[in-house]
Amino acid sequence: MSAGQLPRWVDYGLIPFLNLAAAFLVSGLVVVLIGENPLDAVELLVWGSVGYGEGIGFTLFYATNFIFTGLAVAVAFHAGLFNIGGEGQAYIGGLGVAFACLALDHIVPWYVTLPFAIIGSALMGAAWAFIPAWLQATRGSHVVITTIMFNFIASSLMVYLLNNALKKPGSMQPETRTFEVGGRLPFLNDIFPSFGFGYAPVNLSLFVALAACVLVWVLIWRTKLGFEIRSFGANATAAVYAGISPVRTIVITMLISGGLAGMMAINEIMGSQHRLLIDFVTGYGFVGIAVALMGRAHPVGIVLASILFGMLYQGGAELSFEMPNITRDMIIVIQGLVILFAGALEHMFRPAIVKLFTPSRALAAKEA
Amino acid sequence: MSDTPAIELRKINKRFGPVHANKDIDLVVKKGSIHGIIGENGAGKSTLMSILYGFYQADDGDIIVDGKKVTISDSKAAISMGIGMVHQHFMLVDNFSVLENVVLGAEDSALLSGGINRARSELKRLEEEYELRVDPEALIQDLPVGLQQRVEILKALYRSAEVLILDEPTGVLTPPEADHLFKILEVLKNEGKTVLLITHKLREIMAATDTVSVMRRGEMVATRETASTSMEELAELMVGRSVLLRVDKKPAQPKAPVMEVENLTVTDSRGVQVVKDVSFNVRAGEVVGIAGVSGNGQSELLETLAGIRRATRGTLKINGETIDLGTSTLDAADMRAKSMGHVPEDRHRMGLINSFSEYENSILGYHRDPAYSKGVLMDLAAIKKNAVAEIEKYDIRPPNPMLKTANFSGGNQQKIVLAREIERDPEVLLVGQPTRGVDIGAIEFIHRRIVEMRDAGKGILLVSVELDEIRALSDRVLVMFDGKIVGERGADADEGELGLLMAGVEDNNKMAVEGGAL
Repeated sequence: MSAGQLPRWVDYGLIPFLNLAAAFLVSGLVVVLIGENPLDAVELLVWGSVGYGEGIGFTLFYATNFIFTGLAVAVAFHAGLFNIGGEGQAYIGGLGVAFACLALDHIVPWYVTLPFAIIGSALMGAAWAFIPAWLQATRGSHVVITTIMFNFIASSLMVYLLNNALKKPGSMQPETRTFEVGGRLPFLNDIFPSFGFGYAPVNLSLFVALAACVLVWVLIWRTKLGFEIRSFGANATAAVYAGISPVRTIVITMLISGGLAGMMAINEIMGSQHRLLIDFVTGYGFVGIAVALMGRAHPVGIVLASILFGMLYQGGAELSFEMPNITRDMIIVIQGLVILFAGALEHMFRPAIVKLFTPSRALAAKEA
Repeated sequence: MSDTPAIELRKINKRFGPVHANKDIDLVVKKGSIHGIIGENGAGKSTLMSILYGFYQADDGDIIVDGKKVTISDSKAAISMGIGMVHQHFMLVDNFSVLENVVLGAEDSALLSGGINRARSELKRLEEEYELRVDPEALIQDLPVGLQQRVEILKALYRSAEVLILDEPTGVLTPPEADHLFKILEVLKNEGKTVLLITHKLREIMAATDTVSVMRRGEMVATRETASTSMEELAELMVGRSVLLRVDKKPAQPKAPVMEVENLTVTDSRGVQVVKDVSFNVRAGEVVGIAGVSGNGQSELLETLAGIRRATRGTLKINGETIDLGTSTLDAADMRAKSMGHVPEDRHRMGLINSFSEYENSILGYHRDPAYSKGVLMDLAAIKKNAVAEIEKYDIRPPNPMLKTANFSGGNQQKIVLAREIERDPEVLLVGQPTRGVDIGAIEFIHRRIVEMRDAGKGILLVSVELDEIRALSDRVLVMFDGKIVGERGADADEGELGLLMAGVEDNNKMAVEGGAL
């Protein structure tokens, strides 16, 4: 056994747990410094996010966004690419949803509009990832740089389009008209009233997100394309030896990644806002990076990490409402700490844990 | 000159995991001499020099510099002891001037002007003393490589190096530049400096050194006065004949050619021609071995034929189909489709994906084969069934297709690659270094498989730096030197003769052979 090999439960369970615990410990200290009781704060945060139906509904709504953007980052990870452009790709993906809804909402019911919205959002998101992908594949321009630039371009483009082309005539708001019923996904509260989701915007796109998880799992671990993506990400030289084209792999992976990010817009635009508006992505694309890191780029991990971040978003909002000392900004600090420990410092506890587990394993091997 | 050696190494050992890169190395370098260290790539020369220059720490053993036992913890310590190094790949800032590069890291003060001015006058002195003329204001990017190397030497001298280590200094030089370098080394020697010259080229050792030490497989096998040795002896020492490999095989019964290569020229990313107008063929039912000290174009030849590298020009005939390699866009997958298997030289870098499971590696490159897929999906059942069958047939241990490939031993990893390529039953098999880092038992097994494949009527092109292996397996031996095929010999070729060819010593029969090979 080579050093650094850990049992799965340690790699996928213990290490993320320790990272999370460290994040909460430091957050707790921050709360103490503000002069509030950290235990009360935790109680409020947990209660606010999963303690009652509406809270759960909001948590799941946010989680839906994170699943899409997390999957987007994860797929690119498998090819060794770092797609930081989820933000822009999701924003442009909103155009695809809006086009489908504006065109169809007054003629057909939502379930006919939905497939078009999914295709539209994925196509627009993929298109937005295409130029960075192409530049990376053929010119070596790093996707980290180009996708960030494309986030800014997306932002400016959407402001222009919403102000000049898509705005409702006579309105001052830079947003489209509100969709008719045919462009609105049903809220889960309407489908499952017994759960008591109340006014939470959680909607059918949650199931679209879960389906995307299954499809991504199949893509990565069960298809030839996934095999090629993983091969390229793990050892690009061996991939070329195996006849896998780097250009093709980079471009296709980034298109899939961009498409998944774009689909986030279904939840926000068709599921909740029912109109295309300025800045609806508000950081979900970036948090997707942390979600993918924490979820180890695996769909199951991403769902769990998405729920965690959903809880932080929703519970944090409750917390700042109940404890005015803990402002909205403080919640962002806590989220930042979670991202820091789960993402950037992901390997902080790893060496110690490897040490802890390796000698006993070596001993076990000797005895066996 | 005093009798204290400039550098003395005693029982130096260095291990990298299971690899014993330096075994009990003893070395005495006399002051004011040019001391060559020769050995094949991977013999441990660079490791030894890195220990001397403080990049690595020896596991045990003593380093004695100028009569004092020292610990060299980093390159700074080495420099302070008067050891300077000229790396194979220059450590220069391209858009800085010569002067700035020389001062870099030895600025002496926060303000640059003082150091620069001191350096300017010091450089002038060095240039005159050692005839190392370079314009101090020129930018590195505007200088030819020969002059860039001179800047590296100046850098070391500026830091008052008494011992200068040159690692493969002629690799990037043209022959006239190399000759000039040797002249410079001679001047340095006459000024009392000590030079350690690392190379795998025999000619340079004979031309430039006073003493030569030979390394093989991590051991220092001999030290000779250059004047009292010959290229022949050195070649033999370098390649070694310690392990006699014997493979039971019947004489080959070659049939029609399955692969014909004509006028193949390959240029690498630096624009250097690494394969020069090479022509040969491989017939069905024979093993053609390519012998040569590594770095003479064999790797590039193999990669080009496998579709991984692009050729400048040349044609390849395989199974009767003619491919213009100069314009072809065929990749490795296309070449596999033309029934060419490829066991690459480096299984870790190229042949396997170490983080993947064994069964995943057992179809790498063949994953698009309909036998292992259902539409866009992979047929995991079929893949695992095939992996289990290969594990059994090739005795791959542990017999677990789910195990991560990194957790197999070198020999078993190589068997995974070999099983994958041979079991697809290609008409032509390219094999590079099939037994590098493989234990004796597995070597035998692998050799037997290759001979079995030959007997089944397939054409095999074998590249190996192990002369024993080449001689044990090949029915014909082609020797490559400096990108060219410099000779062809039969299976019973004399080892010394092959050694000389590998060292680039002119072949008397060259004209005749070249005519014959085509």
